[in-house]
Amino acid sequence: MRKNSKSAQLYLVIVFAILYAPILYLMYYSFNSSGTMHGFEGFTLEWYEEVFHDTRLLIIVLNTVVIALLSSAISTILGVIGAIAIQRVRRSRPRNTLLTMNNVLIVSPDVIIGASFLIFFTMIGIKLGFTSVLLSHIAFSVPIVVLMVLPKLQEMSPTLIDAAKDLGASGWGVLTKVIIPFIRPGIFAGFFMALTYSLDDFAVTFFVTGNGYSTLSVEIYSRARQGISPSINALSTLIFLFTIILVVGYYFLSQRGKSKPKWGAQQS
Amino acid sequence: MTKTRNLYLIPYVAWMLLFVATPIVLIVYKSFFDVEGNLTLENFEKFLTPVYLKMTFNSFWYAFLITAFSLLVAYPTAYWLTRTKHKQLWLLLIIVPSWINLLLKTYAFIGLFGTYGFVNSMLEWVGIGTQQILFTDFSFVFVSVYIFIPFMILPIYNALEELNPSLIYAARDLGASPLKTFRRVVFPLTLGGVKAGCQAVFIPALSLFMITRLIAGNRVITLGTAIEQHFLVTQDWGMGSAIAVLLIIVMAIIMMMTGNRGARNSIR
Repeated sequence: MRKNSKSAQLYLVIVFAILYAPILYLMYYSFNSSGTMHGFEGFTLEWYEEVFHDTRLLIIVLNTVVIALLSSAISTILGVIGAIAIQRVRRSRPRNTLLTMNNVLIVSPDVIIGASFLIFFTMIGIKLGFTSVLLSHIAFSVPIVVLMVLPKLQEMSPTLIDAAKDLGASGWGVLTKVIIPFIRPGIFAGFFMALTYSLDDFAVTFFVTGNGYSTLSVEIYSRARQGISPSINALSTLIFLFTIILVVGYYFLSQRGKSKPKWGAQQS
Repeated sequence: MTKTRNLYLIPYVAWMLLFVATPIVLIVYKSFFDVEGNLTLENFEKFLTPVYLKMTFNSFWYAFLITAFSLLVAYPTAYWLTRTKHKQLWLLLIIVPSWINLLLKTYAFIGLFGTYGFVNSMLEWVGIGTQQILFTDFSFVFVSVYIFIPFMILPIYNALEELNPSLIYAARDLGASPLKTFRRVVFPLTLGGVKAGCQAVFIPALSLFMITRLIAGNRVITLGTAIEQHFLVTQDWGMGSAIAVLLIIVMAIIMMMTGNRGARNSIR
C-alpha cells in the first residue's frame, strides 16, 4: 500500500487538530483563574473545588449516572431477548418487519422521539421526571443492543443448540449455558453503546424531563445559555477523562471478542 | 423449537408496540388537533403558509450544506486514514470526540468563537481584526459539521476498508490515471458508505435545535427548533406534531432513497 503524501498527512493533522481543539480549549480554560474562556490569568483549581461543592450539580451527575446504568442494564436484557426473538423468526417477511420496527428509533431524529414520548407519557399519565427519562432512555437503547447482539447470534452455529438439546439441556439451560456465553462480546458491546447513548443524550431527555429533575446534558444546556461558566469547564475536563476510561474499557472488551470490531458511533 | 420462539417474541414485541408504535401513532393523532383540542386540519393548512414553507426550505438548505461540507471534509480524511500505519488507533481517535457530550463541544465553541475568543485573537494577530463569528450562519454550519463529521467518516472508512485493493492495482495496470481510478473505481464502490454517511448526517441536521439556540442565537430556525418551540414554549402541541409528522414523512422518503443501507449494513 502506498504511503500518504506530505499534503495528505498535513490534511489529516489539520482535521485532528480541529477535532480536538474545542476539547483541549475547554480543559485549558478550566484552570484559568479569571473564570473566562479568554486571556489566561493564572493557574487555579478553584473551579474544580466549586464543582465538588455544588451539591445540586453533584446530584445531577448522580442522576445521570443512575439513569445511564439502569437504562443500559434493562435495555441490555430486553435487547438480548429481542435479538433472540428476531433470530428465531425464520420467515423473511415478519423478520424484516421486526427489523424495520427495530430501526425506527435508531434513525428517528431525537426531537421526534422526544416529542412523541412527551405526548405518550402525558396521555398515559406518567409524571415527567425520573420514570419518564428512564423509560425513554431504555426505549432508544433497546434497538441498539439488538443490533449489537444480532450479528453474534447469526455467527453462532445452530448445531451448538441442537447438541446441547441432544445432551438433555432444558430451554433455560441452553440459554444460560450456551447462547449467552457465546454472544457475551455482543452483549458487552451493546451495554457500552447503550451507556454512551444514555450519557450523551440531550434532546430526548430535554423533552421528557419536566420540572425539578435534570440530567447533565440538560443542566449544561441551561447554564450555557446564560453564557460562560467556568465550573462547566472543570466538569467537562472530568467528563472527558471519564469518557476516555470508558472508551478504553470498551476498546479492550471489544478486542477480546472473536471477530474484528466494526466501529460504530452514535447518531446524535 | 416450535413453542419456545414465541416466548421470546412476546416481551420484545410488546415493548416495541408500546414504545415505538404507540408514540408515533399518538403524534400523528395529535397533529389533527388545535390548541383548544378541536379536531381540525388547521395545523397542516398553517404549514402551507409562507412562514412555514420558508422555514422548511431553510431547514433543508442548511441540512444540505452541513451534509455537503461534512462529505467534502470526511471523504479525504477517511481515504487517507485507510493508508496510515496505525489506522485502528487513528480511527479510535476520530471516534473519541464523538463520545464526548455534544453539549460540551458546542459550549466550547461559544468560547472559541466569542468576541475575545481564540479565533478572534488569531484573526487580530493575522491583521484581519475582530469579526462577529458567533450567531452567524457560518458558525452554525461549522459547528454542525464538527459535530457530525465522525458519523460521516465512519461509514466511508468502513466502505474503503472493504474495497479490494487488487481492483485499484488492476485499474492502474490497465493504464488509468490516479484521478480516473478514483473516479471510476474507488468512488463508485464506496458509494454505499457515502449514502449511509449522508443519511446519518442529513436526518439529524434537519432536526437540530440545540446548536441553533446556542451557536446561531435563534437566527437559524430549523424544523427541529420549530418543534421544540411548539412543544415546550408555546405549548401548541398540535402544530408541533404536524411539523413532526412532516419530518417523519421526509425521513421515510430519504430512507427509501438511500435504500436503508446504513441499517442493513450494521446488521450484517
